[in-house]
Amino acid sequence: MNIINDYIYYFGAFSLIFIGLYIVLVKKNLIKVIIGLSILDTGINLFLITVGYKKGGTAPIFSEPGLQASEMVDPVPQAMVLTAIVIGVAVLALALSLSVRLYKHYGTLNLRKIKELKW
Amino acid sequence: MEIIVIIIVLLMIISAVAASIFKDLMNAVIASCIVSLIAAILFFLLHAPDVAMAEAAIGAALVTGVFVIAVKKTKRFEE
Amino acid sequence: MRKLTAVILLMIIAAGTAYVLAEIPFGSTQTKIGDYFNKNGVEETGAVNIVTSVVVNYRGLDTLGEITVLLTAAIGLGMVLDSSGKRKDVVKREPASLIVYTGCRFLFPVIMLTGFYIFIHGHLTPGGGFQGGAIAASGFLLMYLGCSGKRINTRVSTVTEVLGGIIFIGIGLAGLILGHDFLFNFLPKGEPNTLFSSGIIPLIYVAVGFKVGSELAGIIDNLMETGE
Repeated sequence: MNIINDYIYYFGAFSLIFIGLYIVLVKKNLIKVIIGLSILDTGINLFLITVGYKKGGTAPIFSEPGLQASEMVDPVPQAMVLTAIVIGVAVLALALSLSVRLYKHYGTLNLRKIKELKW
Repeated sequence: MEIIVIIIVLLMIISAVAASIFKDLMNAVIASCIVSLIAAILFFLLHAPDVAMAEAAIGAALVTGVFVIAVKKTKRFEE
Repeated sequence: MRKLTAVILLMIIAAGTAYVLAEIPFGSTQTKIGDYFNKNGVEETGAVNIVTSVVVNYRGLDTLGEITVLLTAAIGLGMVLDSSGKRKDVVKREPASLIVYTGCRFLFPVIMLTGFYIFIHGHLTPGGGFQGGAIAASGFLLMYLGCSGKRINTRVSTVTEVLGGIIFIGIGLAGLILGHDFLFNFLPKGEPNTLFSSGIIPLIYVAVGFKVGSELAGIIDNLMETGE
């Protein structure tokens, strides 16, 4: 039971990564592939924050004058994940605008059919 | 306390599997919004309030809004 | 056949990952640089929120790169879609009922005020430029969904976005002109835990908040009003 308590966060993050990879590899509709990309992004960010956790720690904000610096969690992965979330949303918005434009040109969003319709 | 964390993580995995199975694209988009919201709760439980606020504001509100607008301009049902 | 290959490949990767992750226990000791930032963050920068001081002061160049990526994505989206608003057959949207219309108009200033509060107090409480800008942009999304027919003023949005970027780079260059490095903290640090403290960090976060908010609102406007 103790093993399950310790590794539940790693298990959740990695199962999200694998489900996202499966959707990107197998599905045919373009918008479903983009949904899989979004789930993959969320899984990776969750894994990065889990690595920076410290048992018995608290959030890294010195709101009261009596807090010690030795019982705070790591602030560097949190700064990196903040940047990663914003870049993820920028990539998703550009991908969706390209898929709207593709639908207007080809009339379908099925990836097998778009590969056959040359020009 | 540990039981609650295990239940929340299992709920997140079930929503991600459901987003892969649904054929109606609106339902899949709402399932991915649920995955983002539960990830925001998990970020708070790992003592990272900045990241939880960013994920809740960007992942659950703006990404879902952009997806719904894009699905409305293309087809609704996956073939 | 494709599904079977994908599942087998992912099982192999999962087995390898589980073998490696057994070596890293959950909640082990933190890195040396995290320790250094926690101990000396308040004296060197004056901000009590250590994550804010890492994002703006210690790793300020990464934030500049992130703003550039967001700007490139918004430019690409504006070029691919055409949002001049002229449609061949005008589709008449059914207007929302009176309760939804009045509620949206009432909630819009409250949401903008919450967004401004969050990015002004970025160095004291959890929050900052990106979170506050996203909340302000979701206020614009509410106006697009609830009150049909209203659009944002593209000229004001462009001017706000450009001014935000110029102020960020201007503050960085001012540090270079005064004889130190780029993005050096040259204003006085003040007392920790007050509003006017920690040098250039509140100024940079206000500029970033305005820029990100107007950029995301412009993305929503381009997607919503694209032609048939």
